[in-house]
Amino acid sequence: MTEPMPTTAAPLIGEGSLDPDALETVIAADETRFRHDYLEIRGLRVVFDGFVAVAGVDLTVTQGDLRFLIGPNGAGKTTIVDAITGLAPATGSIRFGGVELVGKASHKVARAGVGRTFQTASVFDELTVLQNLDIAAGAGRKARVMLRRRKGIPDAVEAALETVGLAHARDLPAGVLAHGQKQWLEIGMLLVQDARLLLLDEPVAGMSQAEREETGQLLQRIGAQRTVVVVEHDMEFLRSFASSVTVLHQGSVLSEGTVAQVQADPKVVEVYLGRGAGARGSSKEAS
Amino acid sequence: MSPRVRLWGGLLIAAVLLFGVAPALLSDFRLNLLAKFCCLAMVAVGIGLAWGRGGMLVLGQGVFFGLGGYLMAMHLKLSDAGPGGVPDFMLLYGDGTVPGWWEPFRDPVVTILAILVLPALLATLLGLAVFKRRVRGAYFAILSQALAAAFAILLVGQQKVTGGTNGLNGFQSFFGFTLSDPVNKRMLYFIAAGVLLAMVVVVRLIMNSRYGELLVAVRDEENRVRFLGYDPAIVKVVAYAIAACFAAIGGALFTPIVGIISPADVGVVPSIGFLVGVAIGGRATLLGPVLGAIGVSWAETSLSESFPSFWIYFQGALFILVVAFLPNGLATIGRLFRRRRSAPAEPEAPVPEPAALETSGKTT
Repeated sequence: MTEPMPTTAAPLIGEGSLDPDALETVIAADETRFRHDYLEIRGLRVVFDGFVAVAGVDLTVTQGDLRFLIGPNGAGKTTIVDAITGLAPATGSIRFGGVELVGKASHKVARAGVGRTFQTASVFDELTVLQNLDIAAGAGRKARVMLRRRKGIPDAVEAALETVGLAHARDLPAGVLAHGQKQWLEIGMLLVQDARLLLLDEPVAGMSQAEREETGQLLQRIGAQRTVVVVEHDMEFLRSFASSVTVLHQGSVLSEGTVAQVQADPKVVEVYLGRGAGARGSSKEAS
Repeated sequence: MSPRVRLWGGLLIAAVLLFGVAPALLSDFRLNLLAKFCCLAMVAVGIGLAWGRGGMLVLGQGVFFGLGGYLMAMHLKLSDAGPGGVPDFMLLYGDGTVPGWWEPFRDPVVTILAILVLPALLATLLGLAVFKRRVRGAYFAILSQALAAAFAILLVGQQKVTGGTNGLNGFQSFFGFTLSDPVNKRMLYFIAAGVLLAMVVVVRLIMNSRYGELLVAVRDEENRVRFLGYDPAIVKVVAYAIAACFAAIGGALFTPIVGIISPADVGVVPSIGFLVGVAIGGRATLLGPVLGAIGVSWAETSLSESFPSFWIYFQGALFILVVAFLPNGLATIGRLFRRRRSAPAEPEAPVPEPAALETSGKTT
């Protein structure tokens, strides 16, 4: 579906390192605001021209969870994310924080607190890192503010710059960033967008081992406060950071539970990890 | 140089050229031509915003240019006819009565308000209908061009009220000033030049505002913007309406300066013509569209005088050359040279801006 990701990470521009401490400033907001946030999907069906991509999926992800969606190619992982964000035609029910999302336009879904990233990092290449974050932070701005020049840097944006380790690159066009840094920028954009449900589509693809480690820890800290769903192929990454896993197969949920439970499930071993021994199935076999 | 110094310095130079040098050096005839080019450049400034920054290939700006031009022409015809009078062409082709929808334009204030508001309103409605349905790219271009064709055909068909193919012409006065007087012609030039400068300043403010950044974001990654909670349709409509308003003002000033507005000024061919100068000049830059539009019009006039049948080939060749070798227009020629010079030092770095080189150079 997408181009194969580079196996080695591109060199980072500047000293790129995440700063989890700065995250505290971004997510310092009142905890109670997130208390009633949970994603509840019931009977989700997505059909493209007669092809059933998602066939009746039920999924519940609570606040504070770091849920991984895995499954072979074509299992419907990305399609579910598309359905939640209004990009794919869906039937059934998707509720987040008590708001029904099915049938809502994408920008209204975003305003309901749902943010997503894409498999291929899609940042605004010609705009600077700072401008990217500023735009992400500004969906609620009034016309009067929009028509003025940006004066100073909003606190949330400054904190996000630190969090994703791009403070030194703030005035660079986002297009020159290394692949991993673009992915971090996207996570930063979700933070300043104030997304309460974060849907991340292969956030560590193309990253080096050290970057994966840092990203995973960052996601865990975000996940402790908000609802995070990660679509991922990388089993190593999943074992290290997932708090729960949903395995999809041909558009349906095959198994659900902790990493250990899922790995022990014979159905999963059969269709996904494959060929008996199972537990050490790598991402290459999976895809 | 700080951007502010560059802005004011550039404005000062432009003002000296437009208000000092040009009137001193050019004959009345040439000055009137320059005034006409200024009007065309106003359309180009709007196209630069909508197309260059917003990514909307507006192939039908003739509609808004024509609306502004015809609204102004209607007022001029009515005021020439005097209170309660009937414009000459209506006596000739029609039944000698002024249709009801013409009447409000006897009033100069209503006319000016209509020129400022009606085309922008039309663009807003049209834009909402089109962009909300996510019509983009070539489809939008074809749609806007079809609109220009339809508008021209409508004007030709309604000869009794629009003057048909001949359009509206033979104006004697402009808000009380006799148009045959060279001093008043000069005044018109100064108005056009001043309005053009003001538009450039407005577009610069927009480009540097948060909205301007968002517009570029919509151009490059419309879906991403949507998932940040913005409605890209609204963002685009604003730029489209501003472009329409600028085109209408250009048309409204074009009418008294040239002395005629006809379907030939609003159809498909002139609509594409507006675009050529913008593309050659540099659509995404601030001054590219203005200088491109004035330059191309100027070249057209002077080359057509010396080689009457040669211009069209020259224009075609120029267009091909620019699109092939400088896809972002002549205004980006400096950037190209800078990249050439910096290329040997850092052959693999895909760095579009010199600022980026400095920072990345430290660590690599």
